[in-house]
Amino acid sequence: MSPSTSLAAIALNRFGLGARPGDAAPADPRGWLLGQIGRFDPRPAVIAGLPDAAAMTLQYRQNLAQLRRQGLIGGGLIGARRPGEPEPRKGPEAESMSNQAQRERRQAFAQAYGGQVGARLAVSLASTTPFAERLVHFWANHFAISTDKLATATMGGPLEFEAIRPHIGGRFIDMLLAVTRHPGMQFYLDQAQSIGPNSLLGQAARRRNAPRQPGLNENLAREILELHTLGAGNYTQADVAGLARALTGWSIGGFVRRPLGEAAPDGQFVFQPNWHEPGSVIVAGRPYRQNGEAQALAILNDLALNPLTARRLAEKLARHFVADAPPPALVARMAAAYLASGGQLPALYKALIDAPEAWAAPLAKFKTPWDWLVSSLRALGRENVPPLQAIGALRELGQPTWRPGSPAGWEDDAARWAAPDALLRRVEVASRIAAPLAATIDARSLAPRILPGTLSPATAAAIARAESPVEGLALLLVAPEFLRR
Amino acid sequence: MINRRSLLVGLAGGFALSPQLALAAAGTDQRLVFIILRGAMDGLAAIPPIGDSRLNQLRGALAQPPEQFGPPLQLTSNFAAHPALKGFAGLFAAGEAGVVHAIASPYRERSHFDAQNILETGGSAAYALKDGWLNRLLPLLPAAPPPVAIAATLPALLRGAAPTTSFAPSRLPDASASLKARVASLYENDALLHRLWSEAMATEMMAGASDGGAANPQGLAASAARLLADPAGPRIAVLEMGGWDTHAGQAQRLGNQLRQLDNVFATLKQGLGPAWANTLVIAATEFGRTVAANGTGGTDHGTASAALLAGGRLKGGPAAGRVLGDWPGLGNLYEGRDLLPTTSLNGLFAGAAAGLFGLDPALVTRRVFAAAPAPALAIVRV
Repeated sequence: MSPSTSLAAIALNRFGLGARPGDAAPADPRGWLLGQIGRFDPRPAVIAGLPDAAAMTLQYRQNLAQLRRQGLIGGGLIGARRPGEPEPRKGPEAESMSNQAQRERRQAFAQAYGGQVGARLAVSLASTTPFAERLVHFWANHFAISTDKLATATMGGPLEFEAIRPHIGGRFIDMLLAVTRHPGMQFYLDQAQSIGPNSLLGQAARRRNAPRQPGLNENLAREILELHTLGAGNYTQADVAGLARALTGWSIGGFVRRPLGEAAPDGQFVFQPNWHEPGSVIVAGRPYRQNGEAQALAILNDLALNPLTARRLAEKLARHFVADAPPPALVARMAAAYLASGGQLPALYKALIDAPEAWAAPLAKFKTPWDWLVSSLRALGRENVPPLQAIGALRELGQPTWRPGSPAGWEDDAARWAAPDALLRRVEVASRIAAPLAATIDARSLAPRILPGTLSPATAAAIARAESPVEGLALLLVAPEFLRR
Repeated sequence: MINRRSLLVGLAGGFALSPQLALAAAGTDQRLVFIILRGAMDGLAAIPPIGDSRLNQLRGALAQPPEQFGPPLQLTSNFAAHPALKGFAGLFAAGEAGVVHAIASPYRERSHFDAQNILETGGSAAYALKDGWLNRLLPLLPAAPPPVAIAATLPALLRGAAPTTSFAPSRLPDASASLKARVASLYENDALLHRLWSEAMATEMMAGASDGGAANPQGLAASAARLLADPAGPRIAVLEMGGWDTHAGQAQRLGNQLRQLDNVFATLKQGLGPAWANTLVIAATEFGRTVAANGTGGTDHGTASAALLAGGRLKGGPAAGRVLGDWPGLGNLYEGRDLLPTTSLNGLFAGAAAGLFGLDPALVTRRVFAAAPAPALAIVRV
């Protein structure tokens, strides 16, 4: 293995989505990676053609409104009845209508989700800027929402496409703001209806002695501090309360109907001054005396440039690309570069790519199911896969897209993914995706092109000795050097 | 050709059966099922302290379950079960279930991720220990097939030096026996992959033919029960159940969650058959939730919660049909907002493991919970 082949293999596999049969090994691996940030297309046609978050919010709201009109809300059938709404219909007829309505809704959701996962996969399979796509997936996981909640069932794609993709080559604060204002995150962490107890709306509700008093919800504020910026152990309960108060009024148009709210288009971020908790707050030791929307903006700006945030972003990125326990010196250099640049993400990437540690030879990272599936399909030259097949495979491999089940996202280490049953599933999926292509692809000649410089003699021999072409291809996809990067 | 093929299959069998498994008969007939409730179950809603006069005033609308679930089910003079826990309440009355209330890990912050790590590792700080407490317990137990996580991947609770495995019902067509044999030889010189593959093959053999179960909690419980019921199968299984983080619209969501959990208990009892008599089920969560409702009909992250116990092994013991744990009262809240913890989860786990497997509680505490020891709580007859 010559040194340059080895660097090219690392660029393709460790930093990319895996080689495709026709890909030439990059002559200047570092330049090839860094150049991708500028060449990256944030809005490829297959994504631009999908309904956006606003359309999804409207669809969700209309769907609920229809159910209310039919008297199918409440009574344990669907959701909770609001005060003043008619008694829910009861009996077998209502139940059957309700089942029908739920079936239709599930179908509509499944169709939207399928389109989004299909688009994500198609972009990844065809991409000539795979490092940039890896960054998209990384940041989408950093700002994870989970589509197992009704209000976010179709928001996984829109959040990634609208709030992550446009910002991977810019400042972290811009991505943080785009995510915080996105309906996907607002609904997922219950921000859209968080209302200051002393806001105009809060006061009015108290005077009226309303049955349901509006109030604060700390969920988004906590996860911004714990997951998106400073990290666990680096904030206090008082910081959460302060940021939650500052964020009151940050909401989404159309869906949340409360008094004293300003009209706004469906699915659009809107600041509701009459829901905002007045008064100054202290977060991470700094006072914020601003009024209105500017208060949380100032806090988020400071959080984005906090050295603890810099360290956390650097460590997560280094863990993602280099090793489960990344070298501390590398993390420190990346964090320093980020801060010196005023919070520019490309500074973080450049410090990573420039680092000798990032190019050290051992294949230290065990691929996640998504990365393994994408690199397998790329290796076989597939450019599209029926979304339902991909969704099924990802679910069974243990990583259903945008469904990590928690705002912490998927864990990023081998301990999470290298498990007996998970490995068995990779072998089963490998055998399934190899089957239709085995007649046209010779695994023996494909292997050294997909794994330039890292293909081991043992794997090459195992492929050559395979009983059938399907077995040969499947063995390539589950070889130790293909499972890792 | 035929000879070569049978040789390959023979080799696969060789890889599949680890020496420990080949012994077949397990050294104990006791079964432990641990259910990790991820997301922080509201213990005050699951097991409401109906005898506490402050409950209604502090919880407001959330003090009573939604009408369609029916009224709470009285367990003792001071405690009830959420009506969705109907089966559990039945087990409780029969002396096959119990509760430990106002219980928490040593963790006193409010991060799910750190708290789950501490729940699973038994440590005093998040990520301070690399292995799970259940893994550290294994060397103290009689030889048995490795514990199994009913999940595609291994939870922190089981990670560590002692062999463990994971299994999830698969709806995929099986890869061919030949491919599996070749994969086994491909991984021969890769320590990690060789170990994982051997365990996967061993578990697959034990689980037998198709499962048909989807990945819903009840399906996972059915898989666990089938594996544990096998006289030569594992003795410990771990299930995971998410969805407990009820920040908004708690009344409906939590009722559905508890109904699923109730089905898990019932499925385990039914699937284990006669082995239920030797089974202890522990369902625990990383922390509780605020006593007061928030502005969105939910509750935020709190401190103490309740642990639910079930199994025939409880019969005649100190937790049978009892709500254990000193009740701190809702007049004395932790940081003015949360149920105050009075019992340690580590103490429950140590006492449960020691009682179930006939070990000295002090030894379990010393060897498994050294980082955050707590008085062992006796819950089964010894």
